Amino acid sequence: MTEPILSVQHLAKHYGDATVVSDLSFEIAPGECLGVIGPNGAGKTTTIRMCLGLTVPDSGNVTAFGLQMPADALAIKAQLGVVSQIDTLDPDFSCAENLLVYGRYFGMKDAQIRERIPSLLEFASLTAKARAKPGELSGGMKRRLSLARALVNNPRLLLLDEPTTGLDPQARHLMWERLQLLLQQGKSILLTTHFMDEAERLCHRLLVIDHGKKIAEGAPRDLIKQYLEPDVVEVFGNGALALVDTPLKALAARVEVSGETVFFYTADAKPLMTALAAYPQLRTLHRPANLEDLFLKLTGRQIREDA
Amino acid sequence: MRWWPVFLRNLLVWKKLAIPSLVGNIAEPLMWLVAFGYGMGTLVGKITVAGVQVPYILFLASGSICMSAMNAASFEALYSAFSRMHVQKTWDGIMNAPVNLDNIVLAEMLWAAFKSLFTVTAILGVMLALGISYSPKLLLAWPVLLGVGITFSCLALIFNALANGYDFFTYYFTLFLTPMMFLSGIFFPLEQLPPMVRAIAHWLPLTNAVELVRPLFMDQWPANWLQQVAVLTVYAVGGFWLALALTRKRFLG
Repeated sequence: MTEPILSVQHLAKHYGDATVVSDLSFEIAPGECLGVIGPNGAGKTTTIRMCLGLTVPDSGNVTAFGLQMPADALAIKAQLGVVSQIDTLDPDFSCAENLLVYGRYFGMKDAQIRERIPSLLEFASLTAKARAKPGELSGGMKRRLSLARALVNNPRLLLLDEPTTGLDPQARHLMWERLQLLLQQGKSILLTTHFMDEAERLCHRLLVIDHGKKIAEGAPRDLIKQYLEPDVVEVFGNGALALVDTPLKALAARVEVSGETVFFYTADAKPLMTALAAYPQLRTLHRPANLEDLFLKLTGRQIREDA
Repeated sequence: MRWWPVFLRNLLVWKKLAIPSLVGNIAEPLMWLVAFGYGMGTLVGKITVAGVQVPYILFLASGSICMSAMNAASFEALYSAFSRMHVQKTWDGIMNAPVNLDNIVLAEMLWAAFKSLFTVTAILGVMLALGISYSPKLLLAWPVLLGVGITFSCLALIFNALANGYDFFTYYFTLFLTPMMFLSGIFFPLEQLPPMVRAIAHWLPLTNAVELVRPLFMDQWPANWLQQVAVLTVYAVGGFWLALALTRKRFLG
């Protein structure tokens, strides 16, 4: 394997009694997109902050591009692009000025930045909005401007913290398309997300974390194969919950109940579907197991108190 | 020089709003000066400073310009810096680039001092036009007032680091800056104060600023300039050091 572009080893962080990140290790290879998924409060943002040297870990090690955090923090950040969860665009500046001012933080010359601005705006589909201020932009446009801003220094690695949260489907698909384009250009990406379809579509490899710990790691399809039966039959409607106490249960490898819905996980759904035909009042949904099933299996269906 | 792009950022925002901001910054101090200086001045007549008789308007102008430097720097390093740090999260965005927190705090300090210098320069221009003082030593008052701006920027950034909201700054203004205004020999000579209060006033940063600037308006040299410069330097360096420590604590936990 080639030298990883980012390597995180045994990272740990506590705030008082609360463990936020615990013995977390992972690597990103050049050109790879690593997705980090986990419930709210799992430690995703804290991990990104520690990768940036903005939060000091209690223990552990972060290296990027062969440089050591936090000693070489500035040299590392010179080659990074970051889109944080909350937009930090300058409200007083136009889109073009936002890019200009941000490029200066990287020590770039004005002429050098101005040369890049048209292509960055085009990449973000914001050419027509060059003179508009962030307040005049839609949510999707703002996120794309944040992405364009993160690209001003032509970074090798992008750290994207929930880049599509709060966007409508159109804006999200456009963002995905842009991220695909960046991967094709050979950039590496670390992405946190709550959208399982996003993780499956973009990420070569996934890291599932909960309570600050890594609980699974692998390619999306492999993880589903490893942890789940291939088929899921969801049954809901009046009397669905009673099925759990019937012989139907034996037709599935695993049965889960969530709210008013019963989930049958099975390698062969045919006998189950045939048996369910005897319950015409129930509604059924037969589908392949997906990343969301995996996520819920690993992190549980309960709503977290702090979520 | 990693602080320079951050300074430039603030300059670019300010350039868009310079005219209204300038009007706000100089209109109020000038109204005070005209109303009190000419209004009260006729009642007060001349005031004796270090054995020399000066018109009240000169006495007031030389003190109030220090107050303007203090206020302009404090407002910028409190309300405006807090907006950038806490409300707009501008600092967080900058720290994702190769600029660290210390550079940002330094840039904010120098920016607030620059803005204060700009205000002071405009007021000085009006004072010249009003003929309040034509002392050639005013040229030296200018860098001294920059030093006053730096000192109060550093002090204000301590409170910026501690603030949870804009309301917090009311304490700083009502408990520190406003009393200091009256205890620093701006409106009346310190000799009017009881000895105990005078002893405290002697060590206030604004008092030391006024004692440096006033003689320059009178075309004289400050008698104890070394001591006054030392006091201001201690406030500035100590203030900046504490502001930096508290801001680091705020951000890096």
